[in-house]
Amino acid sequence: MTAETVRLCDLKRGERAHVRSLDAASHIRRRLQDIGLEEGAAVECVLVSPLGDPTAYLICGAVIALRREDAACVQVRYDMFGRAAI
Amino acid sequence: MGLREASIGRAADSGPEIRSARGGERLVALAGNPNVGKSTLFNRLTGLRQHTGNWPGKTVSCAQGRCRHEGRDYLLVDLPGSYSLLAHSAEEEAARDFVCFGGADAVIAVCDATCLERNLNLALQLMEITPNVIVCINLMDEARRKHIRIDLKMLRERLGVPVVGISARSGRGTQEALAAVDEVISATWDNVGDSSGIWEERGQKEENSSGKLEESGDITPKSAEKPRIRYAEEIEEAIDSVLPHAEKLAAGRLNARWLAIRLIEHDLAFYEAIERQTGVCLEEDKELSGALQAARERLRERGMNEMRVRDELVRTLLRRAEMICRDAVIRTDAQCDAADRRLDRILTGRWLGFPIMFLLMAVIFWITISGANLPSQWLSGLLFRGEEALHSLMAAMGAPGWLDGVLVSGAYRVLAWVVSVMLPPMAIFFPLFTLLEDAGYLPRVAFNMDRCFHKCRACGKQCLTMMMGFGCNAVGITGCRIIDSPRERLIAMLTNVFVPCNGRFPMMVSLISVFLLGGAAGWRGNVLAAAVLAGLIVLGVAMTLMVSYILSRTVLRGMPSSFTLELPPYRKPQIAQVIVRSVLDRTLFVLGRAAAVAAPAGALIWIMANAEIGGASLLSHVAAFLDPLGRLMGMDGVILLGFILGWPANEIVLPVIIMAYAAGGELMELGSLAELGMLLRANGWTWVTAISTMLFSLMHWPCSTALMTMYKESKSLKWTLMGILIPTLTGMAVCIAFSNIAQLVMSVLS
Repeated sequence: MTAETVRLCDLKRGERAHVRSLDAASHIRRRLQDIGLEEGAAVECVLVSPLGDPTAYLICGAVIALRREDAACVQVRYDMFGRAAI
Repeated sequence: MGLREASIGRAADSGPEIRSARGGERLVALAGNPNVGKSTLFNRLTGLRQHTGNWPGKTVSCAQGRCRHEGRDYLLVDLPGSYSLLAHSAEEEAARDFVCFGGADAVIAVCDATCLERNLNLALQLMEITPNVIVCINLMDEARRKHIRIDLKMLRERLGVPVVGISARSGRGTQEALAAVDEVISATWDNVGDSSGIWEERGQKEENSSGKLEESGDITPKSAEKPRIRYAEEIEEAIDSVLPHAEKLAAGRLNARWLAIRLIEHDLAFYEAIERQTGVCLEEDKELSGALQAARERLRERGMNEMRVRDELVRTLLRRAEMICRDAVIRTDAQCDAADRRLDRILTGRWLGFPIMFLLMAVIFWITISGANLPSQWLSGLLFRGEEALHSLMAAMGAPGWLDGVLVSGAYRVLAWVVSVMLPPMAIFFPLFTLLEDAGYLPRVAFNMDRCFHKCRACGKQCLTMMMGFGCNAVGITGCRIIDSPRERLIAMLTNVFVPCNGRFPMMVSLISVFLLGGAAGWRGNVLAAAVLAGLIVLGVAMTLMVSYILSRTVLRGMPSSFTLELPPYRKPQIAQVIVRSVLDRTLFVLGRAAAVAAPAGALIWIMANAEIGGASLLSHVAAFLDPLGRLMGMDGVILLGFILGWPANEIVLPVIIMAYAAGGELMELGSLAELGMLLRANGWTWVTAISTMLFSLMHWPCSTALMTMYKESKSLKWTLMGILIPTLTGMAVCIAFSNIAQLVMSVLS
């Protein structure tokens, strides 16, 4: 089974994935890398704001909220067991 | 109205010009990611009461403080929190410039034990710039609770710099941290060279990997030539070719290798900083730019364009951090955050997120209002008894009537009013607010609210600066530095005044109690008052959003930039410390400032009320002049005059109004709200007047401190002027619309 590549913003709450690539303009690219979003990094979608937009991800042990359009710049690949048990 | 930078420990503005004046003093900088407890450590070490908080970017400019350790003096500088030294924002730039050019003897890299890997990224960047780095791993106690084991010894060996585990909140390990600083600096001075290859990771696993908070025993000997990070072969070659030129440029002031990397990377913002500091125009340095050109050309030939070079640089550091943490940081419990996540799911939940937010806000106001009543009455009784004593003292000294009037009936009386009305609510509100802040709730509010700000094309962090505005608008405006984009920062600054600060609450609360409760007393009255007040605040927030929306579609057009918001773990607030801190830092400061303004204003008002021109007092002349405009806005001339005279501090608006109404030009003895109500009603107030006044209080020009801050921050007269015009015109329009509609409805009904 080949792992599916999606955008980070497509992750649902509780889903885990690994970063495949960042396709962003230079500025935001750095920003995302600074917070630990780098090729191979593990991410988990942990919270969605009540209004649906910023979504918080567990990255490098910290919970960081990203807006949808920023999270859309990150390509991720679902983990083998895509959905964590919650 | 509120606190100034000084109250929250901003001893100096940002920038590298902090070098201590005293000789022999050691300059030590504290750097770290946002939210790692850098400021807590700073407070621990210096004892300076600096305001620390649980939201990102609290330290917006460098605070400094002194401490002594083993007979040596240290000047500590608390740098703005940043994830990286590859600057994106003003704060990160300030941090980077200080580390590069500030002349620090050592840098403490404060790290968060619960996400060490990401924190090490910054520590590694610091180590590239200066060999004198001490890695302080904070929150060791929290890590232990989360079953994260950290092997300090292994980290020390791998990093090649002192690594100290601390818990800044309890103070554990902080003295060891200073000892490590001392060792690092002393060794440099003695120039002990101990170049060793401990950097190369050996993958060995220490026996000692227990999770206990290890006391920092022997610290690795420092070396003049610190182990460095090696990049990919192509980049290393480029560095080698540029290095001789970089050395010339650095002239010993900077680490040449690091400078070479930044030059190859073509970081334009840093080019500027270099040119500022060295006075060398990089473009004109033919040798250097030639070498750079050649190096970049070679990199490109090998398939490394600028973006790939940058990626490679970042990746190397991240990989290094990952490697260092492997086996040295062991998480034994994957579910350690489960409790936080459960709480998050409630506090930011789709159904409960907003109701809980409003409820919490209402509860805070309810506690403030109901809790403040009794002490307020007690204080005013006490202070007005003091006035009688002062009157008789003046009489006994044979002071003339006018002097007694100016000093006692004017200055003292207004002062007494301000103290008795303001002190109790502030002493309750500030600690409560700080508790929420301390517990980590405020970033969740920003998380909940962000969509609204996003829709208005504003920055999500504006929500945080808005909340700081509840304490004091000047603080909120200063806080706007956490916003990266200049456009979004201006929007946040211009709209900050739409949330009522603590100086405006007391008047709102009094007017609500008098006019809108209809005599409903007891807890029911208080609940109603809190609800109305919460409604006003919601209106303020709505206006903030609306004005932001309009601004970003007209004069400040643009799209929202990206932003990241960290949601820190919930932490049990340190109640005792919160109370002490908020009473000392905020309450007394605000009160002091208000009092300093209130006393002279009281004297001035007494003079205006008692100096007669043509049979009427000066005050009534001015009030009569303002009356038509005031009436149009549902108020009267006296109220408008109150707002104008209250420019230095919003707290005195109501006292001025009362004084102007009261016969004989003195503030009456108002023991209770009922008397206040009688006085106001006697002067033609209705509930329409009260609401118009509250609306105008919510939306009018910023107080003098806030305006000054706005000018300082924006460095633009034009935007400061806009800062006056926008809220004032909005307030006038809203008041005129409201009062006319209300009067129309009333006349139809009757």
